[in-house]
Amino acid sequence: MTAVTFPAVVINWGSDEMAARRKRRYAADRRLQIYGMIAIAFALGFLAILIGTLTFTGYRAFTQSVVTFELDLSKAEIDRSDVMGADWRGIVRGALREKVPELPRSSERAYFAMFTSSAQFLVRDQVIRNPALLDGVARFSVPLSDPLDQLAKGQVDRDTPESQRRVTDRQIEFYEQLSAAGAISKPFNWGLFFNSDSRFPELAGLAGAISGSFWALLVCFLISFPIGIAAAIYLEEFAPKNRFTDLIEININNLAAVPSVVFGLLGLAVFLGWFGLPRSVPLVGGMVLALMTLPTIIIVTRASLTSVPSSIREAALGIGASKTEAIFHHILPLSMPTIMTGTIIGLAQALGETAPLLLIGMNAFITSPPAGVLEASTALPTQIYIWADSPERGFVARTSAAILVLLGFLILMNAIAIFLRQRFERRW
Amino acid sequence: MNVLTEVAVEKKLNPMTKESNIKMRGKDVTVHYGEKQALFAVNLDIPERQVTALIGPSGCGKSTFLRCLNRMNDTIDSARVGGNITLDGEDIYDPKIDVVELRARVGMVFQKPNPFPKSIYENVAYGPRIHGLTRNKAELDEVVESSLKKAALWSEVKDRLQESGTGLSGGQQQRLCIARAIAVSPEVILMDEPCSALDPIATAKVEELIDELRANYTIIIVTHSMQQAARVSQRTAMFHLGYLVEEGATDKMFTNPDDKRTQDYITGRFG
Repeated sequence: MTAVTFPAVVINWGSDEMAARRKRRYAADRRLQIYGMIAIAFALGFLAILIGTLTFTGYRAFTQSVVTFELDLSKAEIDRSDVMGADWRGIVRGALREKVPELPRSSERAYFAMFTSSAQFLVRDQVIRNPALLDGVARFSVPLSDPLDQLAKGQVDRDTPESQRRVTDRQIEFYEQLSAAGAISKPFNWGLFFNSDSRFPELAGLAGAISGSFWALLVCFLISFPIGIAAAIYLEEFAPKNRFTDLIEININNLAAVPSVVFGLLGLAVFLGWFGLPRSVPLVGGMVLALMTLPTIIIVTRASLTSVPSSIREAALGIGASKTEAIFHHILPLSMPTIMTGTIIGLAQALGETAPLLLIGMNAFITSPPAGVLEASTALPTQIYIWADSPERGFVARTSAAILVLLGFLILMNAIAIFLRQRFERRW
Repeated sequence: MNVLTEVAVEKKLNPMTKESNIKMRGKDVTVHYGEKQALFAVNLDIPERQVTALIGPSGCGKSTFLRCLNRMNDTIDSARVGGNITLDGEDIYDPKIDVVELRARVGMVFQKPNPFPKSIYENVAYGPRIHGLTRNKAELDEVVESSLKKAALWSEVKDRLQESGTGLSGGQQQRLCIARAIAVSPEVILMDEPCSALDPIATAKVEELIDELRANYTIIIVTHSMQQAARVSQRTAMFHLGYLVEEGATDKMFTNPDDKRTQDYITGRFG
């Protein structure tokens, strides 16, 4: 053994130089923290601005001005065997006319334009749903037309010259009269969720878009989830590691970054062009979205399969489980929470995708919700796109409201993902 | 003079050694991990119903050799195994050999206790279930119970069979893994440093268990602890840098090894 001697170095930890040095190191720590907090403040600030402006423009769409009137249908001459064919226009107009005594004939046109042009159909449908209404006095509410709705919500400046606003002085007078009589109210706008699209903002709702999105996401999930998991399992567990599989991996990662409009064009060419599938249907929308979600699911699944510790794999193989058994009995169940989380986030992304749906025609004007995947419909993002394109004031607010609804669904989906992760994910 | 007494001593201490059946036999076993050769022409016989300890410094190839015995190296893409390993005279690397069957016959217990994150019952029942060893629930219950008893764990867990196996202490987990291995009635049990993650008390329990299991199973154990090898094994094989340095009866290896490297290693001069 050779003796190794170290020179005796005496460090004066308390010297000013050392103290200053430590101070600089602590300062660096603090600076990093401050930068981080600034970054978060920026992010939160922008989010607050986004939500704030949307809420500010959109909150009015969550109420709808309606006029309420009494109607004694027992006095109206309605053939009970043909309720549909009764003179609903006349009946409803008659009831509305009573609200303003001495309505001059010349003002009738302006007066009835204050209410949604579908008023008679709304009353008729309500009666058909509930025939008991035919037997006596009942109260009905119909929405005001969009210009009057805006007036009711204080969105019309009465100082603007009459020729430059969509509400005439005469209509304002009538409105004041109805308002004073307590006939106008602004209840929660359930129509926003239960009506489909309409040319009239006061009747337009998201029911069609929501169910269109639902069907499209369902198709997307049913296609991308099993295929994605199968592909990931093969690549991760069975495929030999060689240049070819490397190439596949690179391509899958690249696919995840391909702009969605490209997938839309692909869907247009292949699904509509070659396969001749119908235009504007959730089936095709879902298939296109599945193309986009697939790489995400494959990547997430592969990552979560690798994150299962090899000891579990060895334990299963060690007692003679076949590869398939090891995967399906142990590895896949353990990675399922992560896969589900990734899938939900992938679907949330798909829910917000607009471009591919525009290209396959899911921005059509459709006034009834689809009953299945083969009926033409819109989807939430495309409905937002359509409304954002419409000039009526009512649609401006509804666009923001629709965005808020979409964001609400996204938050819900992400919350489910977080819940699943917290609840089921195990840490090793 | 020495040679004779050694043989006599060996015969006396391990009366079965020479006569007992050879359960597994490795002949010129080589292993490559990619370009790197990890084992060089290892020849080692594993006698039946005895404990064979594989010792040697880290990276000497003892675990690699162990993993060749139930073809766990198959799961590593870059690993290539050469030479010949037999189980009851059958070449286990023969393409006709069913790996699933081999691993059922040659069970394995790993360094880190690795129970499935399932109930204690499910952990033990999994093997018999996939191999279809039982016909009904009652039989399965019986296998689970007897396996846990053999693994000296039954009394500690019998009231909480449905609780998660990962909730047990480290030593209990390792005994659960042993029970899981036993449940498929293997002929050979490979143990890869089974006590390295356990405290001395748990280690003592597992060692005691190994000693009991010897009556029914052929056991091959990799260990870093000289004391453990001396305590539990009847035969010891010393590996160094991928070569089998020396093998023989444990008592001889620890009292009078032939090779200087073995002597240096067991006396703690290196490794």
